[in-house]
Amino acid sequence: MTNTLHRYGNERNLSNDFIVFAIPCRGRNDKDSVPKLKRFLRTATKYTPVNLGDASHGGAYRPSKDLNPTAHWLRKSEPDFETVIEGVTTPTTVAAVFDNIRAVEEFVAELQKEDLGLSINISALIDRARECCDEVGIARHSVEYSLGFMGQTDRLADRQVLELSTMCGHGMISFNFARKMIDWVKEGRRTPEQACNYFSRFCSCGIFNPSRAKEILEEARRRNS
Amino acid sequence: MTIDPKKCVACGNCVAVCPMGAIHIDPNTKRATVNQDECVECYTCFRGMSAEHLNPTMVRTIRKIGSWLRWRFDPEPDVCPTAAITEQELVWPRVVRRAFSDPVVPHESTGVHGRGTEEVKTNDVTNRVGPDEAGFTVEFGRPTIGVRFWQIQEMTTALARMGIEFEKRNPVTSLMADARTGEIRTDILNEKILSAIVEFKTALTNAPAILRRIREVAKTLDTVVAVGVAARCDEEGENRLEETLINEGFFFNRGKTNLGLGRASLEIVQARATVG
Repeated sequence: MTNTLHRYGNERNLSNDFIVFAIPCRGRNDKDSVPKLKRFLRTATKYTPVNLGDASHGGAYRPSKDLNPTAHWLRKSEPDFETVIEGVTTPTTVAAVFDNIRAVEEFVAELQKEDLGLSINISALIDRARECCDEVGIARHSVEYSLGFMGQTDRLADRQVLELSTMCGHGMISFNFARKMIDWVKEGRRTPEQACNYFSRFCSCGIFNPSRAKEILEEARRRNS
Repeated sequence: MTIDPKKCVACGNCVAVCPMGAIHIDPNTKRATVNQDECVECYTCFRGMSAEHLNPTMVRTIRKIGSWLRWRFDPEPDVCPTAAITEQELVWPRVVRRAFSDPVVPHESTGVHGRGTEEVKTNDVTNRVGPDEAGFTVEFGRPTIGVRFWQIQEMTTALARMGIEFEKRNPVTSLMADARTGEIRTDILNEKILSAIVEFKTALTNAPAILRRIREVAKTLDTVVAVGVAARCDEEGENRLEETLINEGFFFNRGKTNLGLGRASLEIVQARATVG
């Protein structure tokens, strides 16, 4: 899940971006962890997540290998949380993505009561995660800080493309595709919601935040980065 | 990855989705072609794109008529209309490309999906990074620039000269010819991958010197390097790493916070107590 660590953005558009994930520790508590992982996901659905994911099987938006031509007009665009929950069959990392801190606080408070015994992490702005811990009464155990990008940063894309692309830290959303979708939204060929659905299907562990992506695309429509 | 020329209709959808920009429409054959040297076998095109199974001849004819009439096409941008993208059998050393680039494939050396280990995410169970230590994750090629192993070796040898001991369960460490020198197996040095993570930990007091060295070496590489540093917090949830990073001139606002809710299962605790 270093794939959630280096999201690019400013404090404003990252302030409502939260990934809460549960991870079993290999050889220490992974045995019999599948029901706990499912419980984590099931509990998350009570707090209106914007995405759910299982690192082994995919997120709540998935590509289809057997589309028919009607898909060009009648394509499914709603997240399918049930498929994610039912699809967890082996120990893996599962994640829930939220776009507001109140939901995260309530979710974490319930996780604390559930006492799953799995490691729970929040990937977000450090201060916002801290705010959440304080609200729930948890002292942070460990923190990993993202120090951003070094080296040949001139090879990176512009701000909005980077903000969209780095929401899949595994690199499944290419700079070119992010740029193409920004252009299509600006040209009125697709709505921001439609573009977010395309992006979400490429993120194979379901940590893409379509709510934040929509804001970025709407901003891009109004002005250049 | 390959694209079946019998099925490809040159719609160009796969060109934009390739993170490495390794696909183009060949002007002579009028088919999408994959540059095999640049392709990192990430499977983004194969797995991420949806597929239809339309008749290629029919689609080419419609496209030709539409093109002649200067019609503007508006197809779904994440669909291969004829399911032309085709997996190929990967053999050594090319197979390492997929192991480091396709997040759905668990790495044999760790059993974890992705390019690293559990890092500090399970620190509440493992105590891998202790109170006076700093855990490092140095990631190469991210986001979507890519990296070759010889570039990673530039960094690992520089760090090894500083006395760094690399995390044994990390996939890059498993491919080192000599982990003490940071040298990577010669047969994979030119393989290109989407990204890889090098992991290690040090005493907190050594963190500034290591960060400076990483920054210096990163400048010499023709790729990007993303660095994460982790610390264990005290009972109040505070740590001394933040101050060190600020003193070294690093800006940071995002991170991963381990809430400390994990624990080893009772069975493991009892087994360890018995051994102890």
